[in-house]
Amino acid sequence: MLKIKNLHASIEDKEILRGINLEVKAGEVHAIMGPNGSGKSTLSAVLAGREEYEVTEGSVDFDGNDLLDLSPEDRAREGVFLAFQYPIEIPGVSNVNFLKTAINEKRAYHGEEAIAAKDFLALVKEKSALVELDPKLASRSVNEGFSGGEKKRNEIFQMAMLEPKLSILDETDSGLDIDALRIVAKGVNTLKSPKNATIVITHYQRLLDYIVPDFVHVLYNGRIVKTGGKELALELEEKGYDWIKSENVEL
Amino acid sequence: MTTAALTKKDILVESLSQLDFSNEPTFAQELRSKAKEALNHLDFPTSKTEYWKYTRLGKIINKTYFVQNKNAVPQIDVTSFTIPNLDSNIVVLVNGYYSDELLRIAPQSGVTIKSLKNAIQQPDSFVSNKLGKIAKAEKEIFIALNTVSFTDGVAINIDKNVACEKPIHVINVVTEKNLIANTRVLVQAKDNASVKIIESFVNLGGAESFTNSVAEFFLSVNAQVEYNKLQNKEGESYQISTEQVYQEANSHFTINTITLDGTLVRNNLNIDVDAEGCETNLNSIYLGKESNHIDNHTIVDHLKPNCNSNEVYKGILDDNSVGVFNGKVFVRPDAQKTNAFQQNNNILLTDNAVINSKPELEIYADDVKCSHGSTTGQLDEEAIFYLQARGISKKSAINLMISAFIKDALETITIEALKNYIDTKIETRFTK
Ligand SMILES: Nc1ncnc2c1ncn2[C@@H]1O[C@H](COP(=O)(O)OP(=O)(O)OP(=O)(O)O)[C@@H](O)[C@H]1O
Ligand SMILES: [Mg+2]
Repeated sequence: MLKIKNLHASIEDKEILRGINLEVKAGEVHAIMGPNGSGKSTLSAVLAGREEYEVTEGSVDFDGNDLLDLSPEDRAREGVFLAFQYPIEIPGVSNVNFLKTAINEKRAYHGEEAIAAKDFLALVKEKSALVELDPKLASRSVNEGFSGGEKKRNEIFQMAMLEPKLSILDETDSGLDIDALRIVAKGVNTLKSPKNATIVITHYQRLLDYIVPDFVHVLYNGRIVKTGGKELALELEEKGYDWIKSENVEL
Repeated sequence: MTTAALTKKDILVESLSQLDFSNEPTFAQELRSKAKEALNHLDFPTSKTEYWKYTRLGKIINKTYFVQNKNAVPQIDVTSFTIPNLDSNIVVLVNGYYSDELLRIAPQSGVTIKSLKNAIQQPDSFVSNKLGKIAKAEKEIFIALNTVSFTDGVAINIDKNVACEKPIHVINVVTEKNLIANTRVLVQAKDNASVKIIESFVNLGGAESFTNSVAEFFLSVNAQVEYNKLQNKEGESYQISTEQVYQEANSHFTINTITLDGTLVRNNLNIDVDAEGCETNLNSIYLGKESNHIDNHTIVDHLKPNCNSNEVYKGILDDNSVGVFNGKVFVRPDAQKTNAFQQNNNILLTDNAVINSKPELEIYADDVKCSHGSTTGQLDEEAIFYLQARGISKKSAINLMISAFIKDALETITIEALKNYIDTKIETRFTK
């Protein structure tokens, strides 16, 4: 589904991603861990299409499309979803209103008819129940005045509404209480299918108890320096990153 | 014989001199000659005139205009200016004249909608008591100019306890290049009367035309008036308009100024709230593009206690356009328990767009709630990206943000079809 080859990206002439290689197949869950500032959010922003980051080298193939060649909206319409580490507040734009626009623009892109108002409302009801998002929040302005946890839950609600092929969850677990964590994980697991894939970026093994990864990668200094199974996350939790850093002093 | 150089004012006045008002009754002739006298003493404002500080009038006053001197209304089609899905009384002013041919009025008892020129001729009409009573020629050169030379307009009277059923839509259109049109609207809403009015200022081939309009509103006790002003003169065009409002006890006045186009637009809005229990709303959306210059000057004068005024002006300025906002609210010593709110928010879409915003509060009473504020910013790039990341095109994202931005300025438009019409106009503007 996703093939990242030797991806380099910079911002303001500072190279942040320094040769990322990663392949994600349908049905898989990948976890990306790594110290603060190692480039995890940069990787997700580059995949989602943030223009501030300049890709200087490498390629990203998404189901046969050159992902880097697509506008951010077309990436989303092709099925890429990014749950933001810091969701943006957009006063005056209602959550459901913008989701309806999003769904319909995606449908139009694929040559499908707009969703009927009744079906849309049913979908809102079903998906907000799935992530236990207060229906009142669904109709409020996007993230405006939401608590940190509510914002994260709203990201997963949007994911559920848009049914992406590839979801990238950037620290969706941070700021969630234990119950919320379970609910969000349940949402992710319910939406999981052999046809879609998930990349979870996290600092904590705890989330991976709920969303069990097939692979765990360690991103350090703009490169993936270690890849393993779910036990790697346990090892990191126990030992921290120092041993990886010392294995990679030349970086 | 010496010939003094003609001033710009002389040239403009000269172009209007062929208008003949000699058959008007005495009160009107007196009004006009007093205005002419005032005009002799007034001059076009310069950069030193505080009230006009940010607006240069060169574009308007360095031109020569011609005036249509009789009611020779061309056969035109105004359907493109009507509001879809709105059942309204339609009055059309073409090149300054009231068109009997294009009129579409459903008669209602207690509601008078008339050509101002005809109304002036009728001695019993309210016009003789009210015309020029609050829009004072000696105060402003453009009021004086209008009073001297207005060719026609609309007189609206709503009798006591009558609610005008259909909104009145005045389509004020110019069809000739370089034409000057001085039009005038006079509205009286008596005790407990109510009326909703829309006035559209538009062009139908009237490039480089100048519309100088004056409207006077008299609200008696408990009266309710909503006036929606739609400025959409496309191409090179100039407009100065003055609204003068007088509110009696417990009356509600709302004015919504929607400026979608115009090379140079100046709105002078003056509201005297001279009795208790009044509500006043002044809202506006102005969209500037290319080198448009849109200037809004508003004054709300609270003279008596227990009144509320609410002002929300929202501007979106693109390209090299310039916006000016100067909103003054006076709260006089008697006007205790006044609630006055004023806000002006602007979005600049380019680095070259400019806004000069000056909200002003002058408070002479101590038991009042007043606030004012002004903000200027760009569209939030991060928010646009967030919306794009959900599959929304950049244009739709901008549109969503813009409609969110202007939403509260549209709240006081109670004609749903008009609101939809404006929404669509704004949406197509930013989806282009
Ligand atoms: N706009 C920017 N301008 C300059 N530097 C930036 C910018 N964005 C990111 N960086 C830098 O890039 C590096 C990687 O940042 P990134 O946000 O990708 O890290 P991260 O791995 O997501 O960290 P965290 O775990 O703290 O979320 C950091 O050193 C950061 O300061
Ligand atoms: Mg991060």
